[in-house]
Amino acid sequence: MLKKNEIKVGDTYSEKIVEDLKRTQIVQYAGASGDYNPLHTDDKFTKEIAGYPGVFAHGMLSMGMTGKMLTNFVGDGTLKKYGVRFTNQVWPGDSLESTATIIDIKEEDGETLAEIAIETKNQDGATVITGSAIAKVGK
Amino acid sequence: MSKIKMPVEKSHIMMFARSIGDANPKYYEEKNEDVIAPPTFIQSSAQYDPDYFLRPKIGGDNWFGSGKESTGMKSSGSGSGGGGAAMGLHAEQHYEYHQPLKVGDVISAEVKPGKSWEKESKRAGKLKFSESVTEYRNQDGELIITATSVGVVTEKPVEN
Repeated sequence: MLKKNEIKVGDTYSEKIVEDLKRTQIVQYAGASGDYNPLHTDDKFTKEIAGYPGVFAHGMLSMGMTGKMLTNFVGDGTLKKYGVRFTNQVWPGDSLESTATIIDIKEEDGETLAEIAIETKNQDGATVITGSAIAKVGK
Repeated sequence: MSKIKMPVEKSHIMMFARSIGDANPKYYEEKNEDVIAPPTFIQSSAQYDPDYFLRPKIGGDNWFGSGKESTGMKSSGSGSGGGGAAMGLHAEQHYEYHQPLKVGDVISAEVKPGKSWEKESKRAGKLKFSESVTEYRNQDGELIITATSVGVVTEKPVEN
């Protein structure tokens, strides 16, 4: 858990959340989450029917990997909100780095809360996720 | 909507954590106590949705992924979520956490339709957005997570 006297607005935390994303990891995510959309695991369908160059990651895989950075930063069970927009597709071979920035620290109903901006970028610097979160902060 | 009843299980959390590359040791230890699910784990409640359309059904022969042909969809499908250029993608996802989601919880879900709107884009033609709000409650009826999902159907594949 973040501690009030150890954080300030403007603090950032970054993590490499995946290096050279493998198709197998996308298959793992499909199996665990239950989202078997062929766009993510079926190259033939994705090329010939959907019209994409090949399979790509579930948005929720990118959000899940970004969430791992977030819980590593703020601790388990401290999130009050976590939301994202998917701004670009994530492809096999991509390497992603995710950054959390504290943009506000406030008191609400007797709790200290940190408001956090989130951005995940690929190896070319393109943003694949933008988002925000609110986490409880300890004394 | 579908009747989801999801037991939150340790092995499911372990598999989910592996798939997102989360090395938090709590997800891999034998004991169940104090394990709070990863923040996006609730998405895997799809496993417990009997009607989930992105999973081939046992005994079903109309799955839209490839087999001998590029799609197993029988001809003149509706076009939604399957054949043709119109393709659903995930645009946004938001969670509000009311209480921690823990091993041992049994979660039910109620889905409510939300707003829908349209937008023109350079990269994918006309975009049709639609929102749905899902309330996840535990075995005691307590609200655990509210999830808001925004889907988009594009007129053509997104240019990259």
